[in-house]
Amino acid sequence: MEQIAQVLVSGLLSGGVYALASVGLALIFGVVGLVNFAHGEYLMLAMYIAWLAYDLTGASPYASMPLNLALMAVAGYLTFRIIMARVINADHSIQMLITLALSMALQNLALMLWKADYRTVRIEMTNQVIDAGFLVISAPRAIAFAVAALASLLLYLFLQRTWAGTAMRAVAQDGRAAVLMGISLRRVYGQAFVIGTVLVGLAGLLLSPIYPVFPLVGAGFSTLAFIVVVLGGLSSVPGAIAGGLLVGVVESLAGYFAGPAYQQAAYFLLFIVVLIFRPEGIAGGRGGERRR
Amino acid sequence: MLRLRNLNAYYGGIQALRDISLDVGRGEIVAVIGANAAGKSTMLACISRAMDSFTGEISFDGRRIDGLPPDRIVDLGLVQVPEGRLLFPRLSVRENLMLGAYSRRCRAGCAERIEEVFGILPKLRERASQLAGSLSGGEAQLCAIGRGLMAAPSLIMLDEPSLGLSPIAVKEVMALVAAIREKGVSVLLVEQNARQSLRLADRAYVIENGRVAMQGAGSELLEDAVVKKAYLGL
Ligand SMILES: Nc1ncnc2c1ncn2[C@@H]1O[C@H](COP(=O)(O)OP(=O)(O)OP(=O)(O)O)[C@@H](O)[C@H]1O
Ligand SMILES: [Mg+2]
Repeated sequence: MEQIAQVLVSGLLSGGVYALASVGLALIFGVVGLVNFAHGEYLMLAMYIAWLAYDLTGASPYASMPLNLALMAVAGYLTFRIIMARVINADHSIQMLITLALSMALQNLALMLWKADYRTVRIEMTNQVIDAGFLVISAPRAIAFAVAALASLLLYLFLQRTWAGTAMRAVAQDGRAAVLMGISLRRVYGQAFVIGTVLVGLAGLLLSPIYPVFPLVGAGFSTLAFIVVVLGGLSSVPGAIAGGLLVGVVESLAGYFAGPAYQQAAYFLLFIVVLIFRPEGIAGGRGGERRR
Repeated sequence: MLRLRNLNAYYGGIQALRDISLDVGRGEIVAVIGANAAGKSTMLACISRAMDSFTGEISFDGRRIDGLPPDRIVDLGLVQVPEGRLLFPRLSVRENLMLGAYSRRCRAGCAERIEEVFGILPKLRERASQLAGSLSGGEAQLCAIGRGLMAAPSLIMLDEPSLGLSPIAVKEVMALVAAIREKGVSVLLVEQNARQSLRLADRAYVIENGRVAMQGAGSELLEDAVVKKAYLGL
């Protein structure tokens, strides 16, 4: 029983970070209507920034967080201005090719700059645990979950309570009407893209003390984020959060009962089952449909 | 205050508007009537710059606006309530109204303005926290017009506000149009419902196949034999 609790908690902790890595993808899809295959590459970039800061100055990823997030915002902004803004009204197939190409370009850039080696950030905290009696939680994983939860809460408040956030929800529902309200689609698209990029970057830097960084690390997380987002109903932010937690728990349970080798298989299986029985996603009904 | 001269609009190679010239004076209700696909919505899209493949001259309050982006046009007080209402279905009625005041000029006064709109449209107050997608057709149209009023327009363009409404709801909408003018807001009323809109309008234009086919005082066109036959079913 205690072991099951341990497994569930551990799954939820991972799930929180998966959710954070995925909400940006859902936001960008929902608001901009763009399927971003390069999403995971921004997680990779943030991990490399965290590693570089650590390698060069010994700073922990938490200490370099402000710099890291600022750089991710710049990366998101430039990507939007230089590439995405040009294909926003293009065919979905063209958008997919562009983001796929971007993903490969970024992977190869990382390979060129930092080689294929696995890099690790070995701060003191990496091996520390929080011992809560019957539960033992690794400290960086607990921090990752807490920060992810806080970031999700802030995103929620932003979307619900601010003019910019309300405009974002409006654009996601009906871009044509939003224009008539005097909302500049281009600006809102840019904001959503930057926020999505910063959020996945935050997930990356939170992972860096517990997960090695290498040029292809983003590819795995892109796949994971796609599964999470489809489970959550594609463009739904709360759905992506629920989906992330679910994938974390399923992965953890599968690891415990069937062995670590089956973790990925388990959430792919979950993905297929949900698509067959609830193709609109677990949080479906909301999100999804969209007028442009 | 609104002035169109020789407006030509295109969808790809197809010309949807031909040399449209039209004026709306301060405090006027001007009706535009025409059959399906005549080009009425296309004309409004050009004015709001929801499309940009057009040529010709559009001025508002004496200044050219045909080069301005859509948000600047709303900022000037020229607002469109689109055909089919286009409310944000999964936002509440209150949030829909708020977004009407999105333009910088209006944000600060948003709260008072919502109260004003609730004053004119008390039904909306009851529904304030309901999702807009759950409104009936008549309520949705009132909400869409209320959302337009939130931008404090000096000219409001209504695209077929009576479309798909019950006769009672149509009456309510037409009464609202008259009330809006009483507040000093000019109205450009696009309608297929020719009888009601001609009665209400000071002047009217008939658009056929993308051209202005006729124009005159509302009462004049109501009595016109051609209009009677083609648009009033007499
Ligand atoms: N997005 C579009 N792409 C191509 N053609 C269009 C588009 N929108 C309208 N058209 C064409 O332009 C012409 C004018 O259409 P418009 O919607 O302006 O007519 P309307 O007078 O508003 O008609 P309705 O009373 O049905 O609303 C029609 O022939 C229509 O098929
Ligand atoms: Mg129309």
